[in-house]
Amino acid sequence: MNAVAVNNIVKTYGSKKETVKALSDISFTVNKGELFGIIGPDGAGKTSLFRILTTLLLADSGTASVDEFDVLKEYKQIRNRVGYMPGKFSLYQDMTVEENLEFFASIFNTSIEANYDLVKDIYVQIEPFKNRRAGKLSGGMKQKLALCCALIHKPSVLFLDEPTTGVDAVSRKEFWEMLKELKKQGITILVSTPYMDEAAMCDRVALMQAGKIMSIDTPGNIISKFNKHLWAVRSEEMYRLLKDLKNYSNTESCNSFGEYHHLVLKNDDRDKEAVLKYLQVQKHMNIEMKPEQPNIEDCFMQLMNNNYDRS
Amino acid sequence: MKQFFIFVKKEFRHIFRDRKSLLIIILMPIVQIILFGFALTNEIKNSNIAVLDNAKDGSSRAIIQRLDASRYFNVSQILNTQADIETAFKSGKIRLAVVFQPGFRESLLHTNHAQVQLIADASDPNTATTVTNYAANIISDYQKELNGQVQVPYAIKPEIRMLYNPQLKGAYNFVPGVMAMILILIAAMMTSVAIVREKEINTMEVLLVSPLKPLLFILSKAIPYIFLSLVNVVTILLVSVTLLEVPINGSLLLLMGESLLFIITAVSLGLMISTLTKTQQEAQMFSLMALLLPTLLLGGFMFPIESMPLPLRIISNVVPSKWFFLIVKDVMIKGLGFSAVWKESLILAGMSLFLLAISFKKFKTRLA
Amino acid sequence: MKETVIKVENLTKKFGDFIATNQVSFEVEKGEIFGFLGANGAGKTTAMRMLCGLSIPSSGSATVAGFDVYRQTEHIKQNIGYMSQKFSLYEDLTVKENIRFYAGIYGLSKQVIKDKMTSLLEQLQMTAEENSLVKSLPLGWKQKLAFSVAILHEPKIVFLDEPTGGVDPVTRREFWNLIYEAAEKGITVFVTTHYMDEAEYCNRVSIMVDGKIEALDTPRNLKTTFNAGSMDEVFLQLARGAKRTAD
Repeated sequence: MNAVAVNNIVKTYGSKKETVKALSDISFTVNKGELFGIIGPDGAGKTSLFRILTTLLLADSGTASVDEFDVLKEYKQIRNRVGYMPGKFSLYQDMTVEENLEFFASIFNTSIEANYDLVKDIYVQIEPFKNRRAGKLSGGMKQKLALCCALIHKPSVLFLDEPTTGVDAVSRKEFWEMLKELKKQGITILVSTPYMDEAAMCDRVALMQAGKIMSIDTPGNIISKFNKHLWAVRSEEMYRLLKDLKNYSNTESCNSFGEYHHLVLKNDDRDKEAVLKYLQVQKHMNIEMKPEQPNIEDCFMQLMNNNYDRS
Repeated sequence: MKQFFIFVKKEFRHIFRDRKSLLIIILMPIVQIILFGFALTNEIKNSNIAVLDNAKDGSSRAIIQRLDASRYFNVSQILNTQADIETAFKSGKIRLAVVFQPGFRESLLHTNHAQVQLIADASDPNTATTVTNYAANIISDYQKELNGQVQVPYAIKPEIRMLYNPQLKGAYNFVPGVMAMILILIAAMMTSVAIVREKEINTMEVLLVSPLKPLLFILSKAIPYIFLSLVNVVTILLVSVTLLEVPINGSLLLLMGESLLFIITAVSLGLMISTLTKTQQEAQMFSLMALLLPTLLLGGFMFPIESMPLPLRIISNVVPSKWFFLIVKDVMIKGLGFSAVWKESLILAGMSLFLLAISFKKFKTRLA
Repeated sequence: MKETVIKVENLTKKFGDFIATNQVSFEVEKGEIFGFLGANGAGKTTAMRMLCGLSIPSSGSATVAGFDVYRQTEHIKQNIGYMSQKFSLYEDLTVKENIRFYAGIYGLSKQVIKDKMTSLLEQLQMTAEENSLVKSLPLGWKQKLAFSVAILHEPKIVFLDEPTGGVDPVTRREFWNLIYEAAEKGITVFVTTHYMDEAEYCNRVSIMVDGKIEALDTPRNLKTTFNAGSMDEVFLQLARGAKRTAD
């Protein structure tokens, strides 16, 4: 049984003159109890997809189901059993932590007490501030409260639209730890994020770009599909190094990556010496060049480039 | 039911925690009614008038003295020729000219009727009417006194009678008017803004993706503002009775009931606006342009509808405030019962039903 | 000879009892890419506002482009550029109109604007889009355009507040190439970000925790000092100790 099934969903926006294709022919399934990541930049179509699955938007064509309920015909059942945290979700800023939680519990016909054990681990972290107005909480705290509100009715499927956008690295890390705990309780979770490094936390991920799913697999498999040899290169002058590497005749792609540049040579060449020689001619100092494990972002960029090439 | 209570409680929290807005909602009616009430009476007080007395007899002098002595007028110019009248008006210093024909007292005593000419600057028709009415009243008072002294009735005949508002108190018109205006503002605008705010802060998405029924949502949003509007009705009535000395001649219960009916119409308007707009700013602009302006212009209390061109008179029929204004005048000032206002009430009820049906139909259970 | 363009000493900003920025001191040199990191609510925005001349400090001293942040805020504004994730361009104006508007604000002459417009559109490969409304552009393009507009008047320093949030990885790197180019031209870049790999692209990085700068050095030195493999780890080590729970 699939927690979520999406078949050939298409969604376009705009008038007749100017249409924007938000989703073009998307299909995938999410298993029960899976932590599923939808990874892509702004404008990839993540929010449209989530809104269709949470029955807020109608697709132009295609079908989708959540917990075997059709998003079109059986939307009421879906609304009873999913939890949803929209992007840039703002709670009621003028109400306290406790009042917010109480309110969201009540609109789902439940109470904080009834489902306390589900949110307990998260709620204890914000409980010391339960009488503080939501507007006065820090980003990380707000996010925890929002998660509690989305969870308070014990949903079977949880949709989190960009919960970590604009949140600092520490809070992001904590947030993903909370999701892992929730997964243990058997809740299916769909998360979207623009941060590629968060892919590693998911069971499976869909890499989205411009309304299409470029790849869908476990993070490990996606990385293993990166079939080229990847080099990490650095020197004293990183920007000049980047330009020189891009101008190198045998370079297929070169991208900055933290303190190194990630380099892929044409025809999967592994001739390190030739590169070093070229760089020495360009008078680079303290050159370091070593083989590197690709990460999701490398894969994403490779897929993006492949897609561009085809179109 | 619990869902509903908690939702209403939340709405009240939003209202009570926004202290500034709450203060405005509570104080606005009081300030408005006092401003309108006193601004109007001040306008008529001590109006400068000019007199052309071609009679110069006892009666004309007596009337001039009375005009000058009244708190409404101040005889500022004594004119000598007919031509002076226009000069006086053009200088803009007078509001009214009173002209007595030669032999005024003679005609009055012997032929039993005499003529006084009241000339007003009708470029401001409202003031002109009021001012001539005041003057006519004073003249008729004098006439009554004369009649008391002799057997044969003397007739100075200004044919205007002021029904229900013999002192021509401006507040009598403005209390119902301000009530209509305030209620439209609070009930319609605040309701629409409160709903649209949920769209703006994205909580609407979460509420939609929940088992919450749209009807419950709409009701919970409306109830706090219905309550606040009723509070406003009470303050307006209190201020009118105590400060402006406008009595409630009819049944208070009926007046409150009719107010509630109008509040429901206004809230329905607010609901409809909320389904048409996406941001709080839009909702506010829309409320101001589409509700407040028609209320002011076509509601009947600033400009008499009878003197409007036909198209405007027809349009005024769809302005709810017009009907409420009539109801309040009938019930509060004339002291009439429900039998006099059932038609207007029915119209308001019909409007509410219509608007509610539309907004309910337009209320989206999905986005976009 | 190195030229200091931002000099901050014991800069403090209090809001009532709350000390948003607490005795912060640092210097930034001309042409440097200076990363200004910190958790949400650590006081970055407050500090940045003071440096941009938008907020008067409670105590301490600071000069930006040689001008005093207390008395010469108008001079500061003439010499800096600013761009943030939230506010950048007018969505309902076209690309050209936005460029013309911002150039006009800084008093550039018509001819200069014309020349710059052409070269800028070519550099961004957006000539075909010059008459499109900004709202129709992809986010990454908008951000690149916003950055180019922010340095159009050749300011001494450009302040970037989370400029790459949500931008796709390819465009994000293109954006950083623009930053490198600006720095090579001698424009100092002062940037905040939540992407820790971007911290590595900076010449030096400061990390703020609870209103204070807890660390300031080159990324490499920071990693050595904190015995960490990446800037991510350095950041986590420092920011985990944060006490603040409110912005």
